[in-house]
Amino acid sequence: MTWLTWRQLRLQSTVIVGAAGVLALTLVLTAHGLRSDYSADVKTFIDQLKFKQLDSFLYLAALVAVHSLAPVIGAFWGGPLIARELEAGTHRLVWNQSMTRHRWLAVKLAVTAGIAVVVVGLLSLLVTWWSWPIDRAVAAGHGAARFSLPRMDPVIFGARGVVAVGYVVLGIAVGVTLGLVLRRSIPAVALTLAVVAAAEILVPHLLRAHLVSPAVTSVVISRQNLDGIQIRGGPNDRASGPVRITVRAGGPGDWSLANETVDSTGRVPSTLPSWLGPCLQTNIGPPPVEQGTTQVTSQGRDALAPCFTRLASEGYRQHVTYHPARNFWALQIRETALLLALAGLLIGFCFWRIGRDFS
Amino acid sequence: MTAVLEARGLGKRYRRRWALTDCTLDLPAGRVVGLVGPNGAGKSTLLNLAVGLLRPTTGDIRVLGSAPAAGPAQLAKVGFVAQDTPTYAGLTVEEHLRFGAHLNPGWDDDLARRRIDRLRLDPAQRAGKLSGGQRAQLALTLGIAKRPELLILDEPVSSLDPLARREFLQDLMEAVAVQELSVVLSSHVVSDVERACDYLVVLVDSTIQVAGDIETLLATHFRLTGPRRDAPLPSNQHVISARHTDRQSTFLVRTDAPIHDPAWTVTELTLEDLVLAYMGRGSTGEQAPAPLLEVQR
Repeated sequence: MTWLTWRQLRLQSTVIVGAAGVLALTLVLTAHGLRSDYSADVKTFIDQLKFKQLDSFLYLAALVAVHSLAPVIGAFWGGPLIARELEAGTHRLVWNQSMTRHRWLAVKLAVTAGIAVVVVGLLSLLVTWWSWPIDRAVAAGHGAARFSLPRMDPVIFGARGVVAVGYVVLGIAVGVTLGLVLRRSIPAVALTLAVVAAAEILVPHLLRAHLVSPAVTSVVISRQNLDGIQIRGGPNDRASGPVRITVRAGGPGDWSLANETVDSTGRVPSTLPSWLGPCLQTNIGPPPVEQGTTQVTSQGRDALAPCFTRLASEGYRQHVTYHPARNFWALQIRETALLLALAGLLIGFCFWRIGRDFS
Repeated sequence: MTAVLEARGLGKRYRRRWALTDCTLDLPAGRVVGLVGPNGAGKSTLLNLAVGLLRPTTGDIRVLGSAPAAGPAQLAKVGFVAQDTPTYAGLTVEEHLRFGAHLNPGWDDDLARRRIDRLRLDPAQRAGKLSGGQRAQLALTLGIAKRPELLILDEPVSSLDPLARREFLQDLMEAVAVQELSVVLSSHVVSDVERACDYLVVLVDSTIQVAGDIETLLATHFRLTGPRRDAPLPSNQHVISARHTDRQSTFLVRTDAPIHDPAWTVTELTLEDLVLAYMGRGSTGEQAPAPLLEVQR
């Protein structure tokens, strides 16, 4: 039965394992150079990276590859697993050999998911290991341009650690289930691609932050911790004024969830106080001429001290919610467990359904 | 003789439509049972119930004493050649044999290879490139080489040309003789059944019309032709169908007793006459509708 599963998976798996293998080999060959650049000078390491085209390319390629393996494997390995049998009528052949349907499904799933877990797990850990100097430099505050996102950021998080294993198992479970329900391979493949890609976008934004309780802190806004002030409008715009203040709390490796100004009652006011605009203008001059939204950064922040003093005395505080970098593995493990549990539910449904009527 | 298939009040409903109703049946072991009826009569439903691909809505079915597809042991005892004789288009003949060997502990590899040799199937050929007849032969080989006690075939020859049909059935008969298999085979073609079977089940409109040993059935069914008669026949003559013209009546009757009435010309029936008579009875009208049953010679 293992032989049959492999025989039926041979083509799809060769293509994907081959592509993953090429990427893995390139990562292994370039890892040493990246590490010696990092140890040579940590501070200029990221700045130097933009001149290294291969490393820059690999950094992005690895991100894309690890994220796309779950939908692709789920669709092309999981989708046809049952659907192809139902389409060709071969389920009536294979389910009448001396093996129960449940055993057949168990072996098919175990072999398929087993190969997927090994391939995706190894690639994801290899990517994590390869990117370690970059992630480490970003977390130390040296991030710049393309390499400015910490590994806690949703864009990077899924391509590090073990969470990709959870997504690929969920992907296969979605593919098998859709194939069983739709009874046709092509729609099952297409829908699986869409559903698993959607899961990779929605889970990080809707669920991930709640898996571990985030750090919450309330700070007085000061010239030291100011991150930026967002100002809307231009000099001739009556509605112009500051709309948003952000401060820095925690470190550059954190995942910021909320960064909002609250008034003395602890609520987020609909607008910042009306005196703040003139105060900023008096101290740092009018906002730039262009219409639109302008980010006022730390330049000239010393001049803003009187404004911050008044904000503090009126009871304004900055409320910051974030996941510190140390939550990385707790989030990874809980999210993986959540995805495996979802996959388990779908696979349970498949086992129930496969014991029922087919003709 | 023990029954290879026992059904008690068996019924199957798909959403609103009943595909099989109140089917009670005992098929004896060691026979080649022909299940015959028009397309859509419920033959496939009955056979799929027997291999556990469907579960009964009402009643109960037991095959070789157990519930269908109850476990590996039960699956090993029942061979199934499904409708359209499915095989894996991408796998070669050789790989199909390997498939059979991997999935069946009782697999008889010698038997399978001898058959493939004799049928002149190229082991390196992909099943998708085989002709319909060759594919059916390959499916039959898989069904036989697992060494079942009961082999069930669902319209195995329906897509074959007359020559391939004849060869397939002949080959099946040889395998049956050698292996002492019990066989249940469905067909909508009477001549297939005539050629291969010694036991008949007629299924029309989701209901079993008649079941029995073919020789016994032919020995107890007669056509009576004579002057028009509107009065009932004697109670031991069970009327299957009746047809009247102004001056003449024709009855098809089943009876165990000899017919002595000198008014009748008594003729024996062919299997085809018998099947057609029961098929006509399945529908509500007095006159049989244009039969959906094909007759091929």
